[in-house]
Amino acid sequence: MESDKILLEIASPYRQVLNVEVDEVIAPGEEGQFGVLPGHTPFLATISVGQLIYRQGDQLKYVAVSHGYAEVEYHRVIVLLDAAELPQEIDVARAEKARLRAEGRLAEMSHEDRDHYEELAALDRAMNRIAIAKI
Amino acid sequence: MANLKDIRKRISSVKSTQQITKAMKMVAASKLKKAQESVVQARPYAAKMSDVLASLAVRVEPGKHPLLQRRDEKNVELLVITSDRGLCGGFNTNVIKAANIFLNEKKEICEEVVLSVVGRKARDYYKRRNWEFKNEELNPGTTSFSQAESIARPVIDRYVEGEIDAVYVAYTEFKSAMTQNIVVKRLLPLEPKALAEDEIPVEYIYEPSEDALLADIIPRYIYTQMFSMLLESIASEHGSRMTAMDSATNNASEMTAKLTLLYNRARQSAITTELMEIVSGAEALSN
Repeated sequence: MESDKILLEIASPYRQVLNVEVDEVIAPGEEGQFGVLPGHTPFLATISVGQLIYRQGDQLKYVAVSHGYAEVEYHRVIVLLDAAELPQEIDVARAEKARLRAEGRLAEMSHEDRDHYEELAALDRAMNRIAIAKI
Repeated sequence: MANLKDIRKRISSVKSTQQITKAMKMVAASKLKKAQESVVQARPYAAKMSDVLASLAVRVEPGKHPLLQRRDEKNVELLVITSDRGLCGGFNTNVIKAANIFLNEKKEICEEVVLSVVGRKARDYYKRRNWEFKNEELNPGTTSFSQAESIARPVIDRYVEGEIDAVYVAYTEFKSAMTQNIVVKRLLPLEPKALAEDEIPVEYIYEPSEDALLADIIPRYIYTQMFSMLLESIASEHGSRMTAMDSATNNASEMTAKLTLLYNRARQSAITTELMEIVSGAEALSN
């Protein structure tokens, strides 16, 4: 492999989402966004809901991701996620529906409710999908 | 000689059975294709998950996480994965047979063996034999990661609390539509893949801490394993049903051919007797 490229592999339990050579990866780590350039030191991090960005040449591409892990090696980034979608795969109508549903439920429950956190997370995921689809 | 009408009835009944088995075979074939696809699609994630875990596990002490600790196997849990529906050849009986062998073996060396089931067939079988289940779950022929999670979570909880010391799963491993292997595999405690000898463990930077990551990754790894077991079992079920229905269809054609031959023979002999009667009657008259 060329030494100035990174092999980016993204997989969810249901399928392999992406397997491409890229120049740079920017991922939403749980403790903040991090960028990976070729030759990055080995690194293992948890990923939270957000946008994973990768650069090929001067083109930026986005992937909607949810909770998971990223294993970084010198020239390889493996990202394992609960769910990941490329912008063209996102069903905006469905995400919009999920957003409304989560908002509706949140309005009805108090902060102490057991599912409050889960609904917040659902809202988060829906908003993230919508944001990615609109890029 | 059998009654002509009876044979006719028999033939039409065999033919309509054949139509059913043929249709079931087609349905199973298309479901198999889908199930096979999901097995293949799920493989990269599972493989990488086990790589990540392996590289993580060599760098921590084995006692660090409860799911990596090995204890003496006093209380063992067996999870049996079968299907909900029958008519799939020896699929369910084979799993149950393997499970029974395992249960008998463990009963002698362990203090207690408990059972959990996935799929109606295993549930009914063991219920009739007065087993009690820790968990029971249906297996409708499709699955999702969250189903795998909900099956595995209580098992993990029991293990962490020390209620059980090991967990095994009896299921069918999918090789191809024709061949499936019944396996009894240990789910817990985990045995992370060891690094090859020439591999040097790399120092990693962790974010968040090593412990937090490990605590997060290990349960997920188990869900992943559970998920792929479910997928394999489902693909095997459809494959098994397809071959079973194929041979049933073939048997039905054979049966129809045989019965038709019988029918024609009976018809011919009926005609012959009738002719004989007419001829002998005519002869009696002319004399």
